Amino acid sequence: MSKSQTIIFKHKPVIIGSYSIVGPKEGKGNFGPYFNYVMKDDSFGEDSYEKAEKKMLESAIVGAIEDAKLKPKDIQLILAGDLLNQIISSSYAARNFSVSFLGLFGACSTMAESLAIGSTFIDSQHFEKVVCCTGSHFSTAERQFRFPLELGNQRPPTSQWTVTGAGATVLATRGEGPRIEMATFGKVIDYGVNDVNDMGAAMAPAAMDTMLAHFRDTGRTPDDYDLIVTGDLGKLGSEILIDLMEYNGFKLGLNYNDCGQMYFTRNQNTLSGASGCGCSATVLNSFIIDKLRKGELRKVLFMPTGALMSTTAAQQGETIPGVCHAIVIESDVVSNKVKPYGKSRALVNSDKQDDSESSVNSEEEDNTKNKGKAVAKKAKPSEKSKGKKTNQVAKKKED
Amino acid sequence: MDDKKRNEAYNKYVKAKIPKTRAWPSLFNSFLVGGIICCLGQGINDLILLWFPSLAEQTAWGYTLIVLIFIASFLTGIGVYDKIGKFAGGGSIVPITGFSNSITSPAIEFKHEGIIYGICVKMFTIAGPVIVVGIVSSIVVGIIYLFI
Repeated sequence: MSKSQTIIFKHKPVIIGSYSIVGPKEGKGNFGPYFNYVMKDDSFGEDSYEKAEKKMLESAIVGAIEDAKLKPKDIQLILAGDLLNQIISSSYAARNFSVSFLGLFGACSTMAESLAIGSTFIDSQHFEKVVCCTGSHFSTAERQFRFPLELGNQRPPTSQWTVTGAGATVLATRGEGPRIEMATFGKVIDYGVNDVNDMGAAMAPAAMDTMLAHFRDTGRTPDDYDLIVTGDLGKLGSEILIDLMEYNGFKLGLNYNDCGQMYFTRNQNTLSGASGCGCSATVLNSFIIDKLRKGELRKVLFMPTGALMSTTAAQQGETIPGVCHAIVIESDVVSNKVKPYGKSRALVNSDKQDDSESSVNSEEEDNTKNKGKAVAKKAKPSEKSKGKKTNQVAKKKED
Repeated sequence: MDDKKRNEAYNKYVKAKIPKTRAWPSLFNSFLVGGIICCLGQGINDLILLWFPSLAEQTAWGYTLIVLIFIASFLTGIGVYDKIGKFAGGGSIVPITGFSNSITSPAIEFKHEGIIYGICVKMFTIAGPVIVVGIVSSIVVGIIYLFI
């Protein structure tokens, strides 16, 4: 029996504030309407992209603090990280706040890493208010990891587009809002992928390992969540993850998706999808927290993945190790609106899908809901057998 | 080694899963754009010879290259060449315009680090290997020529 990687928080930290800021291309993507602020151009009024990235992180931190109706002096700790060497964007952004600062590097998994560590501090009641922040910039990441922007080369179909954006979250001991229920810290996993243009394949095993550890530690299954969302595996990586999980006996259904895959529209020409710290950070701090606050999502497993590589290591022939941290966010709010994912979708659609079931007495409503859940699963080919069984049960009851 | 086997199996699986680039459209695009660039070069060369009939043909070639390099640098500067490159692939990398682009683009990219540490140091990060290979192979050819 291996050691548990999961912390279940006794004093669940509350997300009292969140803020997301993105570049113009991201603003035109699928999550466009949810972001707090869309920049007019990538340079954000600064003379270099590195300075723009620093300013983005600063704005995200300030925005999240304002969203929580606090002032910077109320914050006791800032946890932040980014992709650049020596995480300069984060530390330079923290320079302007006179608040204790811990710099983190988890590559694209930094959002979950900072939230998990922040939650641990709050759970232990050493700190009351913590800001977790991360961000990335397309132009700075391209320059550091790939080629100059103006170089006329083609990108391979597995390559991903680094998101220009930053997100920040304020955690507190008390308050209204979604709560962080538990966190699973991931191991560094390397399956020997050495193609720097194929991060999805390099990170998928790490996501699998953390997900398996999470389900093993908590005894839960994928169906316990309204939404399971990975960070930036992209189209290819998320397909690989689904295959890997199926191999290990877990079926990821309609409630699983990947931020990188969802981020951009098809016409935006981003090949395998979005990537970067900013990808999961901006989706969490806009779309996901928004839906949690409204109660349209009740339980979310948020697990961004990071590829812990550097250009130097890659040039020396090293393979790409990946890491993935997971956090569970839950919300007490109950909403009557149509819920788009997983279990919730089944609950809402149960009436529409089977007219025969709607005639069942109100006393049996709870049972019908459960049936509806199983019936909705029919959409997934892998769950066909379950669906059939429940159909039979339903027929018997009607008889 | 259990890990090694696992990694091999995984890499094999990933390799099969990776979407393939379709060869024929890419080849068509690159030959189209590459051909256009070559025609442009020939046109410039003919025009130079037309306007300055006294020039030796070899000198005219030199001027043609200078004009092509300038055009490519200019297009890189105004942010057009990378779009051509995205469409054409090898078609815009192989001619001398690609070489020009590979020097101009890092120069633009690293201008914030200053003239010496930025532009001068980083200018040849991409074109450097090409120059090294060019010089080394000319030395080898020179030595062979000496003994023939």
